[in-house]
Amino acid sequence: MVSPPLIYVLLMLAFPMGAIILFSFWTQEFMTLDTTFTLANYREIWEKPIFAALLQRSLFVSGCVTLVTVILAFPVAYFVSFHVAPERKSLWLFLITIPFWTSYLIRVFLWKVILGYNGVVNTGLIKIGLIDEPLTFILYNVNAVIITLAHAFAPFAILPIFVALEKIDRSLLEASQDLGESKFTTFFRVTLPLAMPGVVAAVLIVFIPTIGDYVTPELMGGAGGKLVANMIQTQFLALNNAPLGAALAIVAMICVTAISLLFVFLNRRWLRGRS
Amino acid sequence: MTGLIQLNGVNKYYGDYHALRDIDLTINEGEFFSLLGPSGCGKTTLLRTIAGFEGVSGGVVMIGGRDMAGVPANQRPTNMVFQSYAIFPHLTVAENVAFGLRKRPDIDKSTAVDAALDMVGLSGFGHRVAHALSGGQRQRVALARALILKPQVLLLDEPLSALDKKMREQMQVELMRLQRHIGITFILVTHDQEEALVMSDRIAVMFDGKIGQMDDPETLYRRPKTRLVAEFIGKMNFLDAMVKDADITVDVQGLGTCVIAPEQAPSGVTLGAGAVGIRPETLAILFDGETTDRETIQGTVAEVVYYGDMTYYDVTIAGIATPLNIAMKNLIGRPVLDVGDATTVVWDARSLVLLPAAA
Repeated sequence: MVSPPLIYVLLMLAFPMGAIILFSFWTQEFMTLDTTFTLANYREIWEKPIFAALLQRSLFVSGCVTLVTVILAFPVAYFVSFHVAPERKSLWLFLITIPFWTSYLIRVFLWKVILGYNGVVNTGLIKIGLIDEPLTFILYNVNAVIITLAHAFAPFAILPIFVALEKIDRSLLEASQDLGESKFTTFFRVTLPLAMPGVVAAVLIVFIPTIGDYVTPELMGGAGGKLVANMIQTQFLALNNAPLGAALAIVAMICVTAISLLFVFLNRRWLRGRS
Repeated sequence: MTGLIQLNGVNKYYGDYHALRDIDLTINEGEFFSLLGPSGCGKTTLLRTIAGFEGVSGGVVMIGGRDMAGVPANQRPTNMVFQSYAIFPHLTVAENVAFGLRKRPDIDKSTAVDAALDMVGLSGFGHRVAHALSGGQRQRVALARALILKPQVLLLDEPLSALDKKMREQMQVELMRLQRHIGITFILVTHDQEEALVMSDRIAVMFDGKIGQMDDPETLYRRPKTRLVAEFIGKMNFLDAMVKDADITVDVQGLGTCVIAPEQAPSGVTLGAGAVGIRPETLAILFDGETTDRETIQGTVAEVVYYGDMTYYDVTIAGIATPLNIAMKNLIGRPVLDVGDATTVVWDARSLVLLPAAA
């Protein structure tokens, strides 16, 4: 007997996955698909520097987005957990989801309006006389991609950190102070270590989807801000080279898996001793 | 004599709620002191003001002659064993015990941790993680973690309430032995009157943010000053009474006229309506073949509660509104009576305590 969930998983996950893996070992000869098994695509990715460079840039951008997002999310989660009255907490969490009320695409376009050449930031700064001509390093490059993605993923980072902070028994903080630590050192000796599972979860939740994101780099990245996902799209559609695109997707996936496993391993270490 | 800990006129408000009312308290060095009371009476709040987790709204808290106003918890010479034990889940037993030593370079870490674990009977547990410990072991880790810092005062917030009965009794004895051994002041918060009686040198019974009575266990048990205290500590029968003169000649409902010793009555006796209290174990049932030279009165058994070593009887007596509760040891040859049996009850005026009339 095959159960419905298994059929569902096979159809929705395993089948497309298998197709991509299969494609990556084939080659495209102009209009025809050559189905002889070959490692030619992987060899091409290994040998042409453009692919390594794109992958490297993708990892760098995702790393920066993750770092910025988690660092900005932690104080928000901390504030809601420790300084908001219990009956108001759900309201605050609700407010944090407000950005999701509009579509991702519209939020990306809004950032274009904010960061653009004649955008809110530049006209504002010129008006108050801080700058003479518009800043150009905030749109159509890697910085713009990082800003947009960090904003888009902030709630995803806030929630797991909030949950981890909520789970901390407050008497542990009192115990730390009772044993001689100040509120400041208590944060580093008790609060932060106990919040680490939430931080690691936030890192994974932000890092994994951003590395494959292609809408934001497409719209905000300009020529120098394109990432590996854009290249995969180009291979599949514009260049009609699905096998190379598939191989590229597999390589990107292997990178993400390796880095995620590292974090899962770190999380295990932090979870040591927690029931 | 000034005590190690002195509280003068301490008040605490939470908004409109008056949690502590004019608390005056002196706790001596080396004393095992208990704060006893029902939940919500302010005993934990009082402990937390001593620890420094709560400020006072008025009054002075002094420890070792120093005013503690504005001194945060991490700078007070007190350490606390929390009700939940508050063992750090991300650290091992040894790391938990050594937690406070970072700020105490005067204490050698490895020898002190070993000694502290040894003291609480957990030698060799240092490498274990917190969640692998039982309730009793967590309690011991919490004790070792506090005592390693050699505080002047150890504060214990209902430390035994999470343990089962056997473990609780064992820990009571261990805590007493530990306190006698290291000789520092222990302040225990508990709602368990038996625990307080067993362990303490002195007990303050609290109701509604006030101290109802502060005495050693025996005085507290034998001579409660108010009905509230008498009711909270142990069991007690209350009889309406009428005080007739200043020599404390009292007409007791159902028992007749008798004289109560001055130490069994509040100072400055008011004539008129009052009450007397009698502990169940100071009454007795006269079994067949037993004789007594004390007062007797006839009654009928209304209820029998058998505990194994003891049997508690409720005996109805003509002229007394509620049946008297009587505790009898189940000695050899004594039968357990049945409901409805006629009995002779033995009482003694020496065991009567004069109390103010019920409010």
